[in-house]
Amino acid sequence: MKVGVLSVQGAFAEMEAYWRGKGAEVFEIRQPADLDHGMDLLALPGGESTVQGKLLKDLGLFAPLKQAIDGGLPVFATCAGLILLAERIDDPGRHGDETRPERWFGSLPVAVRRNAYGRQLGSFTTVGNFDGRSGMTMTFIRAPAITAVLSPEIETLSTFNGAPTAVRWRNITAFTWHPELAPPTGAATAKMV
Amino acid sequence: MSNRQELNRNLAQMLKGGVIMDVTTPEQAKIAEAAGACAVMALERIPADIRAAGGVSRMSDPAMIKGIQNAVSIPVMAKCRIGHIAEARILEAIEIDYIDESEVLSPADDTRHIDKTKFDVPFVCGARDLGEALRRIGEGATMIRTKGEPGTGDVVQAVRHMRKMQSEIRRVVSLREDELYEAAKELAAPLDLVKYVHANGKLPVVNFAAGGVATPADAALMMELGAEGVFVGSGIFKSGDPAKRAAAIVQAVTNWQDSKLLAKLSENLGPAMVGINAEEIETIMEERGK
Repeated sequence: MKVGVLSVQGAFAEMEAYWRGKGAEVFEIRQPADLDHGMDLLALPGGESTVQGKLLKDLGLFAPLKQAIDGGLPVFATCAGLILLAERIDDPGRHGDETRPERWFGSLPVAVRRNAYGRQLGSFTTVGNFDGRSGMTMTFIRAPAITAVLSPEIETLSTFNGAPTAVRWRNITAFTWHPELAPPTGAATAKMV
Repeated sequence: MSNRQELNRNLAQMLKGGVIMDVTTPEQAKIAEAAGACAVMALERIPADIRAAGGVSRMSDPAMIKGIQNAVSIPVMAKCRIGHIAEARILEAIEIDYIDESEVLSPADDTRHIDKTKFDVPFVCGARDLGEALRRIGEGATMIRTKGEPGTGDVVQAVRHMRKMQSEIRRVVSLREDELYEAAKELAAPLDLVKYVHANGKLPVVNFAAGGVATPADAALMMELGAEGVFVGSGIFKSGDPAKRAAAIVQAVTNWQDSKLLAKLSENLGPAMVGINAEEIETIMEERGK
């Protein structure tokens, strides 16, 4: 399997290692020419969504990637990647501020709130169920929360305090936490997509 | 290592491939965020102005820092003086995302740094070589940056420190295991961290470049030399067109290997900060805190 990892900013090296660990062939996406490799899956790593979103547009990656995502290319997204995919961003008090787009790809029918657990002191790990398996370590770093599910087709894969923290919808699997940061032993492997 | 330390290292991992910009007002913070900064450093005076003003330089007013926290969604960092436990506690109390225990401010303790393992909030510290970096990590720093020479616009010291750190890492990797004890003694660094470097060929935490980066080419140079991202202090808001320069430096860090793009990014940026040569300055900040 060939995995393209969006590598404009953030924890792309960790995402690459995660997919290499599953035996995938991995390449980095930093500019449109990189898309010529062709891929079976697009991985959107953690990082800062405002930075990644701006670079996607500045570097000319936004339109071709949106077309691929909406065309059914499998996508695996964590944290900032989920924010880039969300149909709606629900940050309180942010509307009408043109420096903060209310969405980027808008391809996944969920609403998210950035930094929903507060600043870095609110970052945490928890152990819970993921997609029918127990004992998964889930790391939340200045994480967003899914505040609303906007389609009945959305499948919830994990929850925290009752709210979804990982979802699957058609070709997209997206996490508010970081499976790529979990320790290699007992990590979420096989069958994640 | 505590879970909190691990989470704090993880936040630094999320900042990689990014640019952290010094800002002094909420307006500057918004410009930086819109230009693609992955975090901002909130401070009352940027290093170039600290140099110009002279005198004792301290932690910024918490009200000013809070104003910046409210203006942006990206992480907000702030500086405390080296060894100033109380300033660090104050910054922790206002829930800063990262504390920079920084040589840019006047040191509060001329021999000891803060025991950062006693804090929940993360710390980044400056280092000029591998020994300094590992001592700071031993004290609990979860992110390292080269010191460079802040507020000069002269990249020479950042280059020296990054090259030195990387060549010392390569040397530690090349040693036999039974030579690591002597290496730890020479580096004046904790043995377990020297062993980590030997086994992994890198620091156990993220390593950014800082101190003197003023142009997209400077940023690309530091990435070439092994930085995982850059801090730009005075270089942006002391230049002619901060928004344009900031955005260009952000793109240069992502695509530092693409020289055609770097050429385009370097065009028509207006005047860079005037800068002073590192050897012309009187206050040598990099000498603070070893």
